[in-house]
Amino acid sequence: MKPSQKVTAMAAFLLVFCLGASVFTRGRVDATRPTATLDEVLFFNSPKMLKRLSLGYDGLVANLYWTRAVQYFGSKHHDYAKNYDLLSPLLKLTTALDPELTVAYHFGANFLGPKPPEGAGRPEQGIELIEYGINNNPDDWKLYYDLGFIYYLELKDYSKAAEAFERGTKVPNAHPFLKIMAAQMAGHAGQTETARMLWTAAYQNTEEKQIKANAIAHLRALRVDDDVTALEKAVAAYKEKTGKLPPSMAALEIGGFIARLPLDPTGRTYKLMPDGRIEVRVPEALPFIEKGLPPGYKPGPPKLDGLEK
Amino acid sequence: MNSRIFHIAANTFREAVRDRVLYNLIAFALLLSAAAILVGQISIDIERLVVVNLGLSAVSLFGIVIAIFIGIGLVSKEIDKRTLYTVLSRPVRRWEFIVGKFFGLTGTLVVNTVCMGIGVFAALLYVSHKFQHSDTSILVALYFIVLQFVIICALALLFSTFSSPLLSAVFAFSLFVIGSFAEDLKGFAAMSQGFTRVVTVAASYLVPNFSALNVIRSVAHEHPVPWSLVAYNTIYAVVYSAMALCGAVLIFERRNLK
Repeated sequence: MKPSQKVTAMAAFLLVFCLGASVFTRGRVDATRPTATLDEVLFFNSPKMLKRLSLGYDGLVANLYWTRAVQYFGSKHHDYAKNYDLLSPLLKLTTALDPELTVAYHFGANFLGPKPPEGAGRPEQGIELIEYGINNNPDDWKLYYDLGFIYYLELKDYSKAAEAFERGTKVPNAHPFLKIMAAQMAGHAGQTETARMLWTAAYQNTEEKQIKANAIAHLRALRVDDDVTALEKAVAAYKEKTGKLPPSMAALEIGGFIARLPLDPTGRTYKLMPDGRIEVRVPEALPFIEKGLPPGYKPGPPKLDGLEK
Repeated sequence: MNSRIFHIAANTFREAVRDRVLYNLIAFALLLSAAAILVGQISIDIERLVVVNLGLSAVSLFGIVIAIFIGIGLVSKEIDKRTLYTVLSRPVRRWEFIVGKFFGLTGTLVVNTVCMGIGVFAALLYVSHKFQHSDTSILVALYFIVLQFVIICALALLFSTFSSPLLSAVFAFSLFVIGSFAEDLKGFAAMSQGFTRVVTVAASYLVPNFSALNVIRSVAHEHPVPWSLVAYNTIYAVVYSAMALCGAVLIFERRNLK
């Protein structure tokens, strides 16, 4: 072997060896400091400064921040996070760079308000974001809908929710549904139906998969709550008529207390407990349900994967 | 255009397209347009927006780098290689040399933009599966990007007539950055008073206004670009680059080439 060939072979071997060693060492470094991730760092906090630093390419930078916001939420949500401190700043930066990026406002409306782990638990930040969106896109009726959505579902402030929907009705080409919502809020009657309408609209008015999945999970939860309420009423009626609890769910159907045995949205039957309560069979498959849970059950992170389809 | 200018422009174009760096930069821009498809897929719900933003930004940024790095060497290279003396010993006036160089580089950049623009439209077609009427605004954005290049070319040429390539690159890039803040400078002028106001107003009009030539975000949202803006931007770019070219000619005419 010529000296030059030896040098080439040695250099090639060292290159591959050092590459492998650096990858291995990097893995060890990351394992040593698992909490030191870039996720919790915002290099730029000021939207104005970031806008200037983007040298006019603010649309591109906004897209990058939007991607980061979605990934941040997705990874934290997956880890059942207790805080989403960067979600609001990331969405603020995104919308300051591109105030017309309406998908960011809708995302904020859906995920800034709910309590962790479903969201950031900061409805006031959601409202601030949506109001900023309305200032910049006054003709987008969906933003008024988002605002009413937060006031109604997160803050239970019916008058503010009614006001938000009412403002939306004045926008040209606003969805007629806003008028109905404004009226519903004014009387704040039929809360389950109102919530169902809101989540149905949330599903229909977005292409964003996480928002769609979240809406479906809430709609399924509303259905379970309705089913459990109806079944518990049937159990009470059975007890009133016979003086004892029904021995099985089938007894309710045979006795004519229910038309047929309902199935939960996952296709499973409901369980009749010895004390007459109704429970779902797999609570973790039904996030956001308020009824039909075993006593002392603590919900895990909601699994929204695949629900959007 | 007289034939001498045309020949210099044609030679400049030929020389520029032989430069390997040019192809590398175009390849990078096309790669970014392709990457936009990938980024678009992870940027939930805004695939088209990402393709337009990333694609056009890549065309603009790489084009500016090409304009600066080729523009700054147009005169100094000719002096270093002593080919300038051969050219000027023929019946070619110095101003014709400068203007010819400018048109040659501008032509190169127009061809580059067309190539990179095809890449952006291909990426867009891949994502959207069809073109829509609002996509014509992307052509306007590409036209504005060409206008940016025209101004940058003229500035790079101006600096290359009296400075070293390195300093010319620094000056041209700095003016691009300052020009991106042109509207802020105008706002700052409006807030100041007295002599400061006069200086800032003068500075705001003197630096090139690149912010008005950047409509990428607007077209990404499918907003039409008003024809009046197209007309005024065209006139502005022509007038501003003519001003920079006149400066280059004035300096080059008096430069001692011995």
